[in-house]
Amino acid sequence: MAGRGRGRGRGQLSFSIEAVGIGKGENLPPSTVQPTQLFPPLEHKPVPLQTSEEAEYMLALKQEFRGAMKTLPFYIRPAAPKKDVERYSDKYQSTEPSDNTIEWTPDWKRLPKELRIRTKRPPSDKNPVIPKESKKPRVNKEEIIRKLETLEKKEEEVSSDEEEGEKKKTEEEEAEGEEEYDEEEFEEETDYIMSYFDNGEEFGADSDDNMDEAIY
Amino acid sequence: MTAQEVRLCGLLLQEHFGEVVEKMGTELLRSGALNLRALAHQTSTPLDLVKKSLCVLVQHGMCVFGPGRRGPGGPVEYTANCERILYMLRYPRYIYTAKSLYGDTGELVIEEILQRGQMTMSSTVRTVADRLTHSMEDGQSMEYSEVITAFTRLVETHFLQRCPPVDSMGTAGKASSGSSDASAVPQPARPETHPDCYLIPQVCGDEGIFWQVNFERFHLHFRHQSIISAVASKLDPTSSEIVRTMLRLSEVTTPANTAHTQALSANEIFRALPVSYNISRPILDQYLTLLVDDPMEFVSKTGDSGGGMYVVNLHRALANLARVTLESVVQERFGSRSARIFRLLLRKRHLEQKQVEDFAMIPAKEAKDMLYTLLSQNLVQLQEIPKTPDFAPSRTFYLYTVNQLPTARLLLHNCYKVHTHTHTTNTHHTHYIQRVWISTVVLFITLFVKVMCCVDVCVNFCVF
Repeated sequence: MAGRGRGRGRGQLSFSIEAVGIGKGENLPPSTVQPTQLFPPLEHKPVPLQTSEEAEYMLALKQEFRGAMKTLPFYIRPAAPKKDVERYSDKYQSTEPSDNTIEWTPDWKRLPKELRIRTKRPPSDKNPVIPKESKKPRVNKEEIIRKLETLEKKEEEVSSDEEEGEKKKTEEEEAEGEEEYDEEEFEEETDYIMSYFDNGEEFGADSDDNMDEAIY
Repeated sequence: MTAQEVRLCGLLLQEHFGEVVEKMGTELLRSGALNLRALAHQTSTPLDLVKKSLCVLVQHGMCVFGPGRRGPGGPVEYTANCERILYMLRYPRYIYTAKSLYGDTGELVIEEILQRGQMTMSSTVRTVADRLTHSMEDGQSMEYSEVITAFTRLVETHFLQRCPPVDSMGTAGKASSGSSDASAVPQPARPETHPDCYLIPQVCGDEGIFWQVNFERFHLHFRHQSIISAVASKLDPTSSEIVRTMLRLSEVTTPANTAHTQALSANEIFRALPVSYNISRPILDQYLTLLVDDPMEFVSKTGDSGGGMYVVNLHRALANLARVTLESVVQERFGSRSARIFRLLLRKRHLEQKQVEDFAMIPAKEAKDMLYTLLSQNLVQLQEIPKTPDFAPSRTFYLYTVNQLPTARLLLHNCYKVHTHTHTTNTHHTHYIQRVWISTVVLFITLFVKVMCCVDVCVNFCVF
């Protein structure tokens, strides 16, 4: 029904304009031919902000709260993007904690089991690295444990042998202290010979004749 | 949950918890309930990060988990709570309220619990005491007992509540011992239904008893405050004191969303009034009559026993306050004549164009203009009443009307939009200013170095 009136005559509307309230011959505002401005001029300026003591205090509280939240463990940062080349310093610089750790301990009983993140135990320096649990059946596990025990015993023997060897050497030949250093060198696995470093044992061994020179 | 609210929630999550949690939170808000794998897949994030973010969200109460669509056998589903995330906007207000009611100790207790979501009583007491000791002078230290007193008072007035018990699958434990229907899905128990909700445990052995902030109680407090300040500005401070006393007496006994408080007798009110105001009994009666007769209907009389039973009409008072706020918004944005039209429409409900012009006593052209402006801003709606079934425009009444609730919600969403935009502009400006500052500093340093070199050269020259 509304479609029938279309195309018959321009300017004929389906309703009388008087009903809407536009009188005959009245000046209508010009029709808009473009979208409205992005920032139209404001006729009524907004009311100024409240600046009471209360509002200032709450603003300060808000800033403090946000700052504090950034330091708490709940602020999760995405893993650092991998660098293009593996650098030597990566070994010695501590990177951000890997994805496998969660820095706070929630009450796991209140969370579903699937959210529990097991943390890896950090490898201790003295003991050999704990091997990862393999998914092989139990028999292999026991074998591995037995192997470990034998290895431990061997290490103990070796270290006890070394200790005895050291004692003998210190008793017999103090001058050949360098051999001790050689063993220590192998033990500590650094790139530098131990004699390169001055332990400070020789400090003060110089005679106290030159008293006018300051001792540092 | 509109797109605007989701955007604001995302901003809040990002500020407080970082980008990863923001991504998870917005995905959960947009997609409804998701299980762990689906969430990880949809956001293309490693599973560990997803798990960590979900732990953070659940810890703070912004996400709940429960058995999914496949029932208790299927994977656990997580749902984010938009309202709870939006409460983060009010954190400073909660902390300030605690400070005004319970001093610095109360303030710090609430701040700690808000920062960490849930805490046991012992850890809260320890942390707060340490913080206070740090801020005191050397030699003084904060007693644990004082902090415990503040904590107890917060719990007694229901500002803090215990977290509801949860069993590992994800269904919250049923508090009541009523028989549950086997086929019904267990609903998470509200903290209020737990009988020990406000019971203080021993300080030493309270593992597993976590406390959270009771937001509804704070909101009730804010509503009461707004009613009291409205009474103070409309009538006088003494009447506001009377209303404050009435509200205080019924604070803990009135449930959160009732239409009026419990009926209080004039005798009770008289006994509970603060002594400093020196209000005698006949004067109190006069004030109460004044409050009852006020058109804003703050207080009404429900009986005559005990010197007259009075209630505070919470819903009606708040509706009136909302209406007044709407009117003032229209006045500030469009001028007082548009405000006159708006108030007219609120009072008379439905009016035709001609009637609006007549009642408001505004010339026709201007009234039309203003009405159309209000209509384009969605503050006023058109209601069509047809005379004939074919809705022909020449034979239909067009009535202007204001729907209060949708209009109020519209203004609220405008506020959220403003908040989002202000925050984005602020961060942009901070970064921009930082960049400008850094480049300025670099510029100054290079200039300084150049100047020093020149000076050096000159000095050498002069020396020669």
